[in-house]
Amino acid sequence: MRIAGKGLVDRNTPVGFRFDGKDYTGFQGDTLASALLASGVRVFGRSFKYHRPRGVMTAGSEEPCALVTIGRGAAQVPNVRATVQEIHAALDARGQNAWPSVNVDLMAMNDLFSPFFSAGFYYKTFMWPRKFWESLYEPAIRRAAGLGALSRKHNEDHYEKAYAFCDLLVVGSGPAGLMAALAAGRAGADVILAEEDHVMGGRLLAEMQEVAGQPGADWAAGVLAELATMPNVRLMTRTSITGAYDGGTFGALERVGLHLARPPMDLPQECFWRIVAKRAILATGAHERPIAFPNNDRPGVMMAGAVRAYLNRFGVAPGQTVAVFGNNDDAHRTVRDLKAAGVKVSALIDVREEATAPDGATLHAGAQVVDTVGRKGLREVVIADRSGQITRIPCDCLAISGGWNPALHLACHMNGRPVWREEIAAFVPQPGMVPGLAVAGAANGTFSTQACLAEGLEAAKAALSELGRKAKAVDLPQAEDGAYRLRAFWEVRGGKHRAWLDFSNDVTTKDVRLAAQENYRSVEHMKRYTTQGMAPDQGKNSNVAALAVLADATGRGIPETGITTFRPPYVPISVAALGAGGQGAGFAPQRFTTSHQASVERGAPMVEAGLWYRPSYFPRPGDQSWLDACNREVGFVRDRVGVCDVSTLGKIDIQGADAGRFLDLVYTNTFSTLKPGRVRYGLMLREDGMVMDDGTTACLAEGHYLMTTTTAAAGQVMRHLDFVAQAHCPAWDVHMISATEQWAQFAVAGPLARELLNTLLEEPVDGDTVPFLGVAPVRVMGVAGRLFRISFSGELGYEIAVPARYGAALYRDLVARAENLGGGAYGMEALNVLRIEKGFITHAEIHGRVTAFDIGLQGMVSAKKDCIGKGASTRPGLSGPEREQMVGLKPVPGSKSIGAGAHLFDEGAEPVRVNDQGYVTSVCWSPTLNSHLGLGFLINGRARIGTRVRLVDHLRKTDVICEVVHPVFFDPEGGRARG
Amino acid sequence: MRITCPLCGARDRREFTYYGASVYADRPAEGAAPEVWDDYLHLRDNPAGEITDLWYHELGCSAWIEVTRNTVTHAISATRLLADRATPTKKGARS
Amino acid sequence: MASLIEKSACDGLLPRVAGGTVLSELPAARVTSVAPFAGKTRALGAALKEMGLGWPKPGEAVGTEGASILWSGRDQAFLIGADPAPLSGLAALSDQGDGWARMQLKGPEAEAALARLVPLDLRLSEFGIGQVARSGLNHMMMLIARTSETGFDIMVFRSMAASAVHEIGTALDAVAARGRLTS
Repeated sequence: MRIAGKGLVDRNTPVGFRFDGKDYTGFQGDTLASALLASGVRVFGRSFKYHRPRGVMTAGSEEPCALVTIGRGAAQVPNVRATVQEIHAALDARGQNAWPSVNVDLMAMNDLFSPFFSAGFYYKTFMWPRKFWESLYEPAIRRAAGLGALSRKHNEDHYEKAYAFCDLLVVGSGPAGLMAALAAGRAGADVILAEEDHVMGGRLLAEMQEVAGQPGADWAAGVLAELATMPNVRLMTRTSITGAYDGGTFGALERVGLHLARPPMDLPQECFWRIVAKRAILATGAHERPIAFPNNDRPGVMMAGAVRAYLNRFGVAPGQTVAVFGNNDDAHRTVRDLKAAGVKVSALIDVREEATAPDGATLHAGAQVVDTVGRKGLREVVIADRSGQITRIPCDCLAISGGWNPALHLACHMNGRPVWREEIAAFVPQPGMVPGLAVAGAANGTFSTQACLAEGLEAAKAALSELGRKAKAVDLPQAEDGAYRLRAFWEVRGGKHRAWLDFSNDVTTKDVRLAAQENYRSVEHMKRYTTQGMAPDQGKNSNVAALAVLADATGRGIPETGITTFRPPYVPISVAALGAGGQGAGFAPQRFTTSHQASVERGAPMVEAGLWYRPSYFPRPGDQSWLDACNREVGFVRDRVGVCDVSTLGKIDIQGADAGRFLDLVYTNTFSTLKPGRVRYGLMLREDGMVMDDGTTACLAEGHYLMTTTTAAAGQVMRHLDFVAQAHCPAWDVHMISATEQWAQFAVAGPLARELLNTLLEEPVDGDTVPFLGVAPVRVMGVAGRLFRISFSGELGYEIAVPARYGAALYRDLVARAENLGGGAYGMEALNVLRIEKGFITHAEIHGRVTAFDIGLQGMVSAKKDCIGKGASTRPGLSGPEREQMVGLKPVPGSKSIGAGAHLFDEGAEPVRVNDQGYVTSVCWSPTLNSHLGLGFLINGRARIGTRVRLVDHLRKTDVICEVVHPVFFDPEGGRARG
Repeated sequence: MRITCPLCGARDRREFTYYGASVYADRPAEGAAPEVWDDYLHLRDNPAGEITDLWYHELGCSAWIEVTRNTVTHAISATRLLADRATPTKKGARS
Repeated sequence: MASLIEKSACDGLLPRVAGGTVLSELPAARVTSVAPFAGKTRALGAALKEMGLGWPKPGEAVGTEGASILWSGRDQAFLIGADPAPLSGLAALSDQGDGWARMQLKGPEAEAALARLVPLDLRLSEFGIGQVARSGLNHMMMLIARTSETGFDIMVFRSMAASAVHEIGTALDAVAARGRLTS
């Protein structure tokens, strides 16, 4: 019900929206909660476990009950707090956890069986038989319990993440926050003022209080107008600071487009900010706490502060007849505001015997609410006075105030523990809990408006002085400075009915007492046993009351009982915001070679190799499968000439007087003796003796080398080289830089490779100008390049490198020339076959758990010098017959295909784990040898060459006898490559 | 979390790669006993308090950095370039 | 003999315009990494002085008409737009001009768009004209230099040009959309 003339919403701008399939109208400035309350809606959803009707409890982000689902289909967002969601013309909201509707919910029968659903019930009841838990009990329970549901569709909405930096972050825009921002802004500091509401002002918008002789909301508007003119102040509304992290970093969730009926294209729904602040002031105010009394969860039972917010800010009376129940003076303030607005107040129930009645109100001093009536909405409350005399009081809204808990969460995010302050019966932060963060105002347990203004100003002055800035004069305005008086009161005892603590998770005082009775006396244990505080509101409304009940049940004081750990996030964050930008192309950078377009044009399926994309094979018309293409491309290289882009291999340019010495340290073999114009294969170990990488290194000139790494390990090797240089030999003259991207490099391999190259090189080469394992500068069609005589295929092979800008053109040219010679481009599949036929290793073999001994390269570990990994590789257990050693595997003729990942067993042995003799790392069909081939690791494998093993792949149902052979299947003498 | 790179200044931890305790930079001498290698490679203290570890400024200047920080408070008390430390003594050197 | 056609790193990808802010490819220029050999730092500095430049401090660029040298990492700088021959023998020199996509982002929303991708404090007061930094453009290694109040030069690996353009473009569009909110 709207009250004429009250509130800050724009009565001239009506806004239509939908809730549970019905059309409603509110005003610009309304939240979904305020607009629905104004329209007389009382039931917003159903509770987690018992499916009890639930209304609105609060007017802020801490709302535990009024959780709704917004939108439909893929855009559906569950568990949106109606108290935060602004209305707009396209808003389509629904109540949750009810079927078929919030008003008629058939699952409400859970409530009738409530005695069975107390804390720990599931654990105790569904224990046996154990296997039924996952298959039967849990799914059934999960269907009946819970809150909103996900759409299970791919979310196409746009989210964003961003960084921000400032001198001072002010969290909250109530009186303390505004004063702090004003003082810091005037002093010229870079200020971010973050407010989770869509309007700044905090409680000044919700209370009938004057500041500096004007209504509080007007004073706030004046301050905000001044802040808005300051270029050094960033005002961030709809922004919840969600966490405090190391180094002055804060997480923040900004609702960017959720309040708009027609958001502009490309506008994100939400933005997750990482704000780095040199100093921060926490001015987040306080949360009013409920009182646990029987049936205190009915729609219409609401926090007193929320009643005032709906009345004063939104011009909405949450009921026709309101009763007020409390233990402190805010209850009285509520009565005054309601009466002043002309709302009927049927009673003020104050647990304090000494309370005095405000003007014209019926006061029940020393009385308590012992029950409520009204299934889908409150109709009356039952109270008992000091003598036990029962009175029934009609009301459709009960405003309750159990006092205030400072919203100190962020101050506790780095594991600081708050302290209990008896006179306000609340936990307050201690100084220094988060370095650089000060707490001001109600968040600090300071509850008068005047004191909040003063604390905000003082906190800003202190921060400015720490920042080395001089504060400009800022007048402290005059405001209400009344004392905050309360008597701690948590629960009404002795009622027959359940009294709720956690309205979100359906936790009652009985559950907490049961936890204590079953010896879950630690507050952390009680929390997990009962799920108290584990709902979307994370116990903001209930944790302190719950631990007060636990303290009482265990005969301890509240400070001794302690409070659960506060963890980020302060409010729920959609995973889409945290992962913003990470969908699709944003998941990881894509690296494209200069030949990418040409490969795609030839129809090659592109496969990922790390971040790179490389062609798998080049299909041609008439191919039955990829294998036809692969076999053809292998044939190019074995019989004619093939071309392959190998630019993705890491290239590291290494220079300096000590460069050779440095290579000796990082490689197992010696490079300092390598002459200019020569290339050498090198093996690199990790310090623990395992193989890290392999590749060739060319000596381009005295003290100038070009190292090649595998595609996969390029980054790891660069990091390793930097480490070795900086940790072990910082004084050496050695300099490294990645040159991977500078050069487009293409393998030209096959018997006709030299013939092809000599058609485009300005100076033809022969076996003497560039011998096997040689390198020479060349000019190719007017461009300076490098020619390497290296081979990963076992054929006469070259790699030609040109600056990357020419890569696209050179690749097309090379492929065309190869095709003229009866060859062509080859892809990853053929490359893999070619190297397996030759027994060349990749990271399938050097997977991090193999030593040089295991791959048969122990002879490459030089005895004449130290190298990284040498010390560890001589340790017992890293060589010897008990090691799995690399071997070739050749299935007996007529066998089915074999797969990598298969395991090896003795011929007669049962293929079970205890009999395992090794495993298969790489396989292929070799068109050259007309056989399946495999590389694998076999215990004592080298001694078993010539014997047979059983290859079993339980996943692919393969069971094949293989001959154990030398891993070099083809041209073991290497004559073809030397040419 | 923010780490002050001695060259680049205070930077977001996303720019850095963590590499464990800084004792990894103190490589045993050639020929050190297997126990020395075992200690060097695998044995680490796990203090509740001050620790010095290695970070690589990978999305930055490529410097390896020694970071002294407190595992309880997360406070970083010092950073320096790994290359700037005095040449370490070789553990286990056989004289 | 036929000649090879050059293709720039951002060929076909740029320019990209959102509101008044433009992402464009910088003109091709010679880029050489320079790392002083042991004991040659002073001589290198002198040789650079001859060229009108100087050895840059960490985070700094030294520029002259047409040429500049940008600090690019530990004991390393990128010489841009100049022949490195005078530095021969004084420093490790390595061609880098083809290895990087070099872009300019210029306009009123440049800083805001980069704030979506770069974990650096890019406020003018902290990252002024003539300053450079190595950092990340989301997951990509990047060298960034501020060239004017609203202008940045950005270098990422050549192979990642398409990803970088996609990321910056997406950020620019989102920032432009916010601009349409208030107008």
